[in-house]
Amino acid sequence: MSVDLRTTYLGLELNNPIVASASPLTGHVESLKRLEEAGVAAVVLPSLFEEQIEHERMESYAVQELGSGAFAEAMSGYFPDVPATVSRSEAHLDLIAQAKRALSVPVIASLNGTTVGGWLAYAEAMQEAGADAIELNVYFVPADPTETSAQVEERYVNLVQVLASRISIPLTVKMSPFFSAPANMALRLIDAGAHGLVLFNRFMQPDIDLETLAVTPNIQLSTPAEVRLPLRWIAILREHVTASLAATTGAHTSEDVTKLLLAGADAVCIASALLRNGPGYVERLTSGLRTWMTEREYASVEQLKGSVARAAVQDPNAYERANYMSALTSFTPRPHTP
Amino acid sequence: MSTYATVDGNEAAARVAHALSDVIAIYPITPASPMGELADAWSAAGRTNLWGRAPRVIEMQSEGGAAGAVHGSLQAGALTTTFTASQGLLLMIPNLFKIAGELTPAVIHVAARSVATHALSIFGDHSDVMAARSTGFAMLCSGSVQEAHDFALIAQSAALESRVPFLHFFDGFRTSHEVNKIALLDESDLAAMISAERVAEHRARALSPNAPVLRGTAQNPDVFFQAREAANPFYAATPDIVQHAFDRFADRTHRRYRLFDYTGAPDAEHVIVMMGSGTGAAEAAVKTRVARGEKVGLVTVRLYRPFDAAALHAALPSSTRRVAVLDRTKEPGAPGEPLYLDVAATLARTLGAEAPAVFGGRYGLSSKEFTPAMAAGVFDAMAEDRLAHDFTIGIHDDVTNKSLTWDTTPADEPSDVYAAVFFGLGSDGTVGASKNTVKIIGEHTEQHAQGYFVYDSKKSGAVTVSHLRFAPRPIHATYLVERARFVGCHQFAFLEKMDVLERAADGATLLLNSPYSAAEIWPHIPVEAQRQIIDKRLEVYTIDASRIASEAGLRGRINTVMQTCFFALAKVLPNDAGLDAIREATKKTYAKRGPVVVAKNLEAIDAAIAALERVVVPSSIEGHRHRRATVPADVPDFVARVTAMILEGRGDQLPVSAMPVDGTFPTATAQYEKRSIADSIPIWDPDICTQCGLCPLVCPHAAIRLKAYDPAAAEEAPDGFRTRPWKGKDRPGEAMTIQVAPDDCTGCGVCVDVCPAKSKEAVKHKALNMAPKTEHLDVERASYDFFLDLPEAPRRSLDLVSVKGSQLAQPLFEYSGACAGCGETPYLKLLTQLFGDRLIVANATGCSSIFGGNLPTTPWAKNAEGRGPAWSNSLFEDNAEFGLGMRLAVDAQTELARESLWKLRGDLDAKLVDDLLGAKLTDEGSLEIQRERIGALRDALRGVDDPVARRLETVADHLEPRSVWVVGGDGWAYDIGFGGVDHALASGLDINVLVLDTEVYSNTGGQASKSTPRGAVAKFAAAGKEIGKKDLGMIAMAYGNVYVAQIALGASPKQTLKALAEANAYPGPSLVIAYSTCIAHGIDMSQSMAHQKDATRSGYWPLYRYDPRRAETDAHPFVLDSGKPTLPFKAFAEKEARFAMLARVNPERAARLARLAQRDIDERWSYYAQLAGLERHPVIGEEVES
Repeated sequence: MSVDLRTTYLGLELNNPIVASASPLTGHVESLKRLEEAGVAAVVLPSLFEEQIEHERMESYAVQELGSGAFAEAMSGYFPDVPATVSRSEAHLDLIAQAKRALSVPVIASLNGTTVGGWLAYAEAMQEAGADAIELNVYFVPADPTETSAQVEERYVNLVQVLASRISIPLTVKMSPFFSAPANMALRLIDAGAHGLVLFNRFMQPDIDLETLAVTPNIQLSTPAEVRLPLRWIAILREHVTASLAATTGAHTSEDVTKLLLAGADAVCIASALLRNGPGYVERLTSGLRTWMTEREYASVEQLKGSVARAAVQDPNAYERANYMSALTSFTPRPHTP
Repeated sequence: MSTYATVDGNEAAARVAHALSDVIAIYPITPASPMGELADAWSAAGRTNLWGRAPRVIEMQSEGGAAGAVHGSLQAGALTTTFTASQGLLLMIPNLFKIAGELTPAVIHVAARSVATHALSIFGDHSDVMAARSTGFAMLCSGSVQEAHDFALIAQSAALESRVPFLHFFDGFRTSHEVNKIALLDESDLAAMISAERVAEHRARALSPNAPVLRGTAQNPDVFFQAREAANPFYAATPDIVQHAFDRFADRTHRRYRLFDYTGAPDAEHVIVMMGSGTGAAEAAVKTRVARGEKVGLVTVRLYRPFDAAALHAALPSSTRRVAVLDRTKEPGAPGEPLYLDVAATLARTLGAEAPAVFGGRYGLSSKEFTPAMAAGVFDAMAEDRLAHDFTIGIHDDVTNKSLTWDTTPADEPSDVYAAVFFGLGSDGTVGASKNTVKIIGEHTEQHAQGYFVYDSKKSGAVTVSHLRFAPRPIHATYLVERARFVGCHQFAFLEKMDVLERAADGATLLLNSPYSAAEIWPHIPVEAQRQIIDKRLEVYTIDASRIASEAGLRGRINTVMQTCFFALAKVLPNDAGLDAIREATKKTYAKRGPVVVAKNLEAIDAAIAALERVVVPSSIEGHRHRRATVPADVPDFVARVTAMILEGRGDQLPVSAMPVDGTFPTATAQYEKRSIADSIPIWDPDICTQCGLCPLVCPHAAIRLKAYDPAAAEEAPDGFRTRPWKGKDRPGEAMTIQVAPDDCTGCGVCVDVCPAKSKEAVKHKALNMAPKTEHLDVERASYDFFLDLPEAPRRSLDLVSVKGSQLAQPLFEYSGACAGCGETPYLKLLTQLFGDRLIVANATGCSSIFGGNLPTTPWAKNAEGRGPAWSNSLFEDNAEFGLGMRLAVDAQTELARESLWKLRGDLDAKLVDDLLGAKLTDEGSLEIQRERIGALRDALRGVDDPVARRLETVADHLEPRSVWVVGGDGWAYDIGFGGVDHALASGLDINVLVLDTEVYSNTGGQASKSTPRGAVAKFAAAGKEIGKKDLGMIAMAYGNVYVAQIALGASPKQTLKALAEANAYPGPSLVIAYSTCIAHGIDMSQSMAHQKDATRSGYWPLYRYDPRRAETDAHPFVLDSGKPTLPFKAFAEKEARFAMLARVNPERAARLARLAQRDIDERWSYYAQLAGLERHPVIGEEVES
C-alpha cells in the first residue's frame, strides 16, 4: 500500500512536507531544478533584506549623484547615468520569475526586515514576479534597553498587518523563539494577517577576531540537537491555530522530519542538511519518511500530522517541562483527559 | 505641437548628432565631454539613430585620433561626428583640412573654449574655433540652447546638401552648460531635413573595392593650386543652401533664422555685429534702447564660414553709420580680430566710400561676463563718438587703456522674470536641486525656465552659485542674475565667508539652511549680513535642512529639502501647485532609483514644509559675528593685492595692471587660503601613538604633520599643545608632535583609517580620532601656528627612505583643493619631501594641474630658505616632451657651468673648483655642502674680471643637480601623451615620469582610459569596459634600460619610498606608476589606503621594481615586491562601485568580465613571477655617450 505524503501548507498543495529553506541552494535556477528533481515539495528563495534594499538603493543613488554639481569639469558626476539600474533587489525579483518558469513546485519568496517603509513595495513586486507566497523573516536585536517587550511585539504585529494588507498571496512569518510568550506572539501574528508561521529563525551571532580585534558576525549550519526547540512549540501551538505551521532549524534526518510532523508541523523546511549533503538528499528524507509510515501502516501525512501534539498526548506537561528532574511517578490513577 | 524639454546646450546638440550619425568618435575635453558621454550612454542603452541603428561610439586616444577616425569613417561611407573644444579642436585641425579638402559632409560639434596661452582656461570663448577658420569647414554658430539643438540639424542637412563639412559651435559653459526649456525636434523633423538622396550620394562616394578610387594623392606644383580652386563652386553655393535649410526648417518649426539676423531699429545708425551667446545680452540692450527711441541695432552672425558678403550687406540697415564688431577672441599683433576683419573688409568692398565706420573690439574671453550694460557701454561710446578701434569691454585695462566703461550698477530683471540665486557646496546637491527646479517648472508648466551654474575651482569644499530665471516667455538672458527675488543660502557658514546677499533685490526672500530656530537665529548672522537684510527689507526664512535630510536618511544631500522650501516660498507656481509638482517630479526623477529613494525624498518634502520658519527681522543689529577676512593680515604684497581679491570673488574687478604679463605666479600661496571646510578633524592622543609616521604620509593635504625637535623649543607652547618624547634611538632626547592643521584639513579621515594604534581599553579609540572641529578649533589653531614655527629637522639628519624619516621632512606641497581623500596628492607631497628643494615639475593637464595650478592659489610651496618645486603645465598631450625639454635645458646649463668653472680654475681656489666638479652628490649632506660651495664660488666670482665668470654666474646653480619629474594622470600617460612618454623613456635622459594612475580620466569626470580595467563602468564605457588594462610598465621595461616601478602607497609605504628614491637616483629614464584611489572609483575615500592594500593583496595591482642597475650585481633587475595574491578579485571589486555597478546593469556581462579580470590577474602574476627569475643585462645609460 502506498502512503500519501501530500500536505497543505499556506493553502498550497505540496507533494510532500519537505520544503527547501532559503539557502545558497535556492539562489540559482540550476540548483533549484536539482532540488525539484530530488522531490522537494516547495522552495523558499533567499531573503531579500530590508537593510540590503535600503542600503543598495541609497548607495546607488549616492553613486549616481557622487560629485555631480561639484566641479565645473565634472558636472554630471563621475559615473555614467545608468538608465536601467538592476540592483540586487531587481536581480532577486528576476530570480523569482526564473524560478517560476523553471519549476512546477510552489516558489516562496522571502523578505527580511523590521520596519514599515518603502522597501515593502518589494513584497508587491515579488507577488507580481509570480511568488506563490511570501515568507517574512522578521527579527531585530532590541539593543535599546528603553524599548519594552510590548513595543517590540507591537512593531512586529504592525509590520505583519501592513504587509498582509499589501499582498493577496499567502504570507507566512518566520518568527524568533526569543519572546517572553512565544505562543501568544504566534497567535497575535496570525491575527495580524499571517497565514502561517515558520518556527524558528536562526541568526548571525557576533564573534571576535583575536588578530584584528574586529567583531565578525557570522552564521553556522544548524546541528540536529536544535530540532527540539521547534518541536516543542509546534506541538504546543498546534491545538491553538488552524494556520499553517512549518518547522525549521535542526531537521537533518527523515527521523527529525517524522517527529516534527508528529508534533503538528504542516511542512518541514530544510537548509543545513541540504547544504551538507546536496539537493539529492531530499529523496533520502522522503523515502525515509515513507518507509517509517509504511512500516507502521500510516496511510497519509494528513493522518500523521499532529498525532503527538501536546493536545494529543497523554501527558501534555511533557512539552512544558523546562528543567530536568526525576520522573514523576504516579501511584494513583489520574483523571481522564478528553 | 512641440514637445518641450529642459536640457543644456550639450544635450540639445548631442540629441540631434546622435540621431544623425552612424559612427561617433569621442574624446573627453571640457566643456564638450557631456556630448560624448551622452552619445556613449545612449548607444549603450540601445537608442537608435534616424536609420534604426544605435550609432557605434568609440573613444579614441586623443582628439587627433578622434579626427582621424572621423576622417576614415567618412571616407568609408558612414555619417560621422565628433565633439570637442579648445586644444582638442586644435589637435583635429590637420584632419579638418583633409576632410574639407575632400568635400566630405561631416559635422563636428564644438563647445567653444579658450585655447591655453598664458594660462589654461576651461571656459568659453571663440579662440579655438577661430583657429580652425582656415580649414575649409563651414562654421555655424549657435547662441542659445534652442539654437544648439536646431543648428545641429541645419548643419548636417546643409553639409549633405553642399558637401562642405560643418563646424557647429556654441559657447562653452554659457550655452553648453546652460539649462533651458527648448522645443524638441522629433524624428519627422530630422527625416524631413535630411535628404535620403544626399545620404545615398555620400555612401556612394565611399571607398569601395567594387568601384575603386584613389583619394588622398600627393600633388606637385603643376596642379595642386588648380585642384584647390576646383572646390570653389561648392563654397559659393553653401550660404544659399544654409539659408534654404533655415527656411525649410522655419516652415516646419516656425523658428526662423537668417545667415545674419538683424534686430533693432530699422533706421539704426549704430550697430553691433557679433556671434554666439553674447547676442542675448546685446539684444536686451538693443531692445531697451530702441524702446527709448534710439537708433541702434544688432547683427547676429549665424554662418561665419563661408562668409556671405551679400547677406551681411542685406542685413545691415542702410542708415548705419557706425559698426562695432565684437570678437570673443584675441589675436595679438593682428590689425583686428577675425570677425572684425571680415566685416570691415566686406563692408569696404560692398559699400566702398559709403561704408560705415567699423570698429573692432574684444569681450568675454574665458566666459568673462557680457551683460546688457556692457553692450550699452559700446553703444554709448558710439553715440558719444569716442569708440576707438581695438577696444575691450568687460574689463578695466589700465595699462593700454583700451577698455570702455559701462554702468556697473546691478541690473534689475524685467518685471515678468522671477530670478533666484542659490549658494551651495558642490557636495550638498544644490546644483542638482536647481537643475531639478528648472526641469520641474520647464516641463510641468507653461512657464519657461533657465539655469546656469557657477563654480569655484576646488574639488573639495567647492562653492557653487546657481542662477535661475523663470518667465512666461522664452528666456534669452545669457548673463548672471544681478538682482534676485529669491536667495537661497544652503550653507549657513557662507554668510561669514562671502557676500551672499549682494545679489538680493530689495524685498527679496532669503532662505537660510541653519541649525538655529527662527527665534534664535538673528545674532548668529554676521552683522554685515544683518545690515543688508534690514536695508534691503529681506523676508527671511530658516530651516534646519541638514537635520531633516539626515533624519530622512538622505545623508548630507539637502537638495530635496531646500528645493521644497523654494517652491513653498517663491510661489513661482500658484498655491500648492509647486509642492504638488515637486512631489510628482520627485516620484518621476527617482523612480529609476527605486521606491526606497522615492519614499525618503517624499518624507523629506513633508518634513521640510513642516519645519520651515519665518524669521521676524529685528530693526537693529545684534550680536558680534563678523564676516571673516579672506587672508591673514601679514601676507605678501601680491597675495594681499591680487590673490585676496580673487578669493573674495572680486577677481572681475582686478585691472589689467594687477596681472602678471606672462602667466608667472608666486608659489606657496595655498597657506593663505584658510578654507576651514572640515566638520570634524583628527585629534591626536600621544599616549597611544606608536610614532609610525603613517598619518602624515597618507594625508592628501599635508594637513597633519610630524615634527621632531629639541624639547626646549616647546617650552613656550600654547595650552593644549601636545608633545611626547621621540621613541626611536635615532634622535636621542628629542620630542615629537603630530599636529593637525584644523583650517586646512578636509576631514577626509584617511589618517584615522590607517592609524594602527588602538587603545587597550576600547578598541575604537586610536591614536588619532575624528572629533567635531568646533570643539577643538581654538586649541588646534594655536597649536598648529606654534608647530609651524618649530624648527624643521635638518634634512641631512633624516633617513628619507623610511616612513618616519620622510615624514620629518617638510612637505612642499600643501593644502591643495583636491578631493577629500585624494589618492594622487600623497605621492606629490612625498616627492616634495624627498626632493622638493631641487625639484622641477612638468605637469600634464588633469586633476594634478588643476589642484596644482588653478588660481587663486597653489599648493606647491617653499621652505624657509625660499627653495621649493618649480612647476609648469604645458598641455595635456605633450607633457613628457615638455619635461624632456626641461631636462635638456638643465643638462645644457650644467655642462656650461662645468666647462666655465673648469676654464676659470686658474682664477679660483682650485680645490673649490675640484670639489665642485668632483663631489659625489648622492645624499642630503653632500648636497648641502655643494650648496655652500656654490655660495663660496659666487663670492669668489665677484672678484674675477672675465666674461666667463659673468656667464658662470648665470648658471652656477646648475652645479647642484636638479630633479626633473614629469607628472600626470593615466589619460595622459596611457592615451593622449603615450607617444611622448614612450619617446622620453627611449631618450636615455635622466628624466623621471610619475604616473598618478586613477585608471580613469578623473579631472573631466571619469571617462575610461586605456588604464581603465576590464569590467569597470566609466563614462565612455557605460556598458563596462570590455578589454583589459594596458600594461604600461611592461611596455617601458621592454627597453631594458628604463627604471620601472609600480607602487601603491597604501599597500607598501616602504616600497613606494624605495621606488621614488631609486627612480630619482637612476641616471637614465624612470617610470613610476602609482596606484591612485579616486572618487571616480566609487569608494569610501576615507578608506582610500585600505583599497590600495586590497588592490595589491588581490594581485590586481602587483608591486614591482625593475632597476637596470641591479643587472650588474645579481643579473635579476626585476623584483616582485608584493606577495602572491591572497584575495580573490571579486572580493576587491565588490567594494568599488566602478565594478559593482555593472552587476546592477548587466549581471551576466558583469560575471563574465569578472571571470576574465581574474584570469588577467592570474596570468599576469604567473608572467611576473617568471620575469622575476629572468636574467637580463641591458646596456644602461652610463655606458653610452649621450
